[in-house]
Amino acid sequence: MTLSIAIQHRFKGFALDVNFDAPPGVTVLFGPSGSGKTTLINAVAGLLRPDSGRIAAGDWVLMDTQARRFLPPHRRRLGYIFQEGRLFPHLSVRQNLAYGRWFAPRYARSEPMAHVVDMLGIGHLLDRRPGALSGGEKQRVAIGRALLAAPKLILADEPLAALDEGRKAEILPYFERLRDEVSVPIVYVSHSPAEVARLATTVVALKGGKVAAIGPAAQVLGDVGAVGARGAASVIRARVVAHHDDGLTELATAAGALWLPRLDGAPGAAIRLRIAAHDVILSRDRPQGLSALNILAGTIRDIHLGNGPGALVTLAFGDDTLTARITRRSATILGLAPGQTCHAVLKSVATAPEDVGTLRQHSTDRAPD
Amino acid sequence: MGGEWANWLGPAEWQAVRLSLRVSFWATICSLPLGVLVAYALARWDFWGKQVLNGLVHLPLILPPVVTGYLLLMVFGRRGAVGQFLDQWFGIVLSFRWTGAAVAAAIMACPLMVRAIRLAIEAVDPKLEAAASTLGASKLWVFATVTLPLILSGIIAGAILAFAKAIGEFGATITFVSNIPGQTQTIPSAIYAFLQVPGGESAASRLVIIAVVIAMTALVVSEVLARRVARRVAGS
Repeated sequence: MTLSIAIQHRFKGFALDVNFDAPPGVTVLFGPSGSGKTTLINAVAGLLRPDSGRIAAGDWVLMDTQARRFLPPHRRRLGYIFQEGRLFPHLSVRQNLAYGRWFAPRYARSEPMAHVVDMLGIGHLLDRRPGALSGGEKQRVAIGRALLAAPKLILADEPLAALDEGRKAEILPYFERLRDEVSVPIVYVSHSPAEVARLATTVVALKGGKVAAIGPAAQVLGDVGAVGARGAASVIRARVVAHHDDGLTELATAAGALWLPRLDGAPGAAIRLRIAAHDVILSRDRPQGLSALNILAGTIRDIHLGNGPGALVTLAFGDDTLTARITRRSATILGLAPGQTCHAVLKSVATAPEDVGTLRQHSTDRAPD
Repeated sequence: MGGEWANWLGPAEWQAVRLSLRVSFWATICSLPLGVLVAYALARWDFWGKQVLNGLVHLPLILPPVVTGYLLLMVFGRRGAVGQFLDQWFGIVLSFRWTGAAVAAAIMACPLMVRAIRLAIEAVDPKLEAAASTLGASKLWVFATVTLPLILSGIIAGAILAFAKAIGEFGATITFVSNIPGQTQTIPSAIYAFLQVPGGESAASRLVIIAVVIAMTALVVSEVLARRVARRVAGS
């Protein structure tokens, strides 16, 4: 189900003007605060009424100012996961979970409660009140509540932003399972490149209320214009080869072997890695006698010089690309130019666990409903 | 026990107590739905004339009660615009009846009730209501399943305050419906009447004790409920 969004809205010195189509899967709205992410997702939810425009999922029109159609939020069949959970304080966890389900049409209640409770590991919390839950537990209940509403569209507004790193690492896999197991389009707001890299089928980079870039994660995260040189990163695909006794996991990529601290995936599992551009060093020749384990050879595809002292160099290995952020001076001294063969060096510890996500191809023929 | 109580109060005093309870009960019950609606409108809606409505609701608090009573007489009296209409079409007469006393008490208690309920509504996070609407609840369902449970203690607190205020109402009542034993003589009117006759002090003081007990009980109960509202909204 393609998500088509074309809306214009202005209020107090801010104007949102976007127009894009996103293919099925997870559409991540990405950008700094104030870029219009939350305004946009609230327009999709119907909590905000844009001045003009049209929002549709497939042929299901949520709003269209020309046709004078505006579905109120309660008729949009949503599962909205908020940053602060927004669990009902006067209801138990069980009642919170059942809330959306009660309003969903009977025929649509396909997801058994037990399955969702099981997947989110919240069985022991059912009789508690939200006030007695930790941040991570609240957020898992909020996810469950949204899923059990039998939504035709799942929305998530920075669902991990209020959590510490440990909790994030605990919740993020649930969203990956959602993406891979539930055939409902997901719109996910985030300003974290790590989340984008792990979850996104499509990234919509917003800047000042406009779409700065749209495309697959690897493409948009490497787009300096969209994310800025500091945020530049690459997303590369890899396969788990083996877990070794010294605590490292061996991965196979299009560019050769990578060694990372122990990951979760079973041998054979496909994963995605986000590698920040500033964690990559370049060398013209294959380096010798270096402590870093990961050396990948590729071809220079692009050199982007900004206004500052930095330069972004993008290497291509097959379909994947890897971007390095180096100084303009180094680029000159090394005499780098597109088409050259170059070696990228990354320390094995440079990739944080939160940057490693599971990957499953999202097939476009998997029809929702 | 019941017998001793009955003997402690004379028949005229009993009559006043019973009438006061009846008047205050009906004044509270009938003004409650309207009070919730007005409080909700003031807390959540933006509309033309909001400040006028707010002023109107609070007017009885600052006007001399005698003035309120006189205005009621002008509007709801047999010759009043609304009173004439009610009398001719429905046969309802408010002036000099206990029902009129209930109307006067309700209007005088209105500011307290609306204020308590409005505070409770303002303490409810609108984001929770938005969350409920995304989960499929229409506006009415959102109110019934999220807003109402969260403000319930506030409503009860407001109702109790209104009840206590209604018990004590004097000026508007005596102006609008006079001081007829068994018909419109509530506790305060009875106290006033007893103090006008020689030897009535003991009867008056017994009613004073009852008035104090009712007022104190109402305050304590509403305080407890207000605290529960705070705890509930905080979510523990």
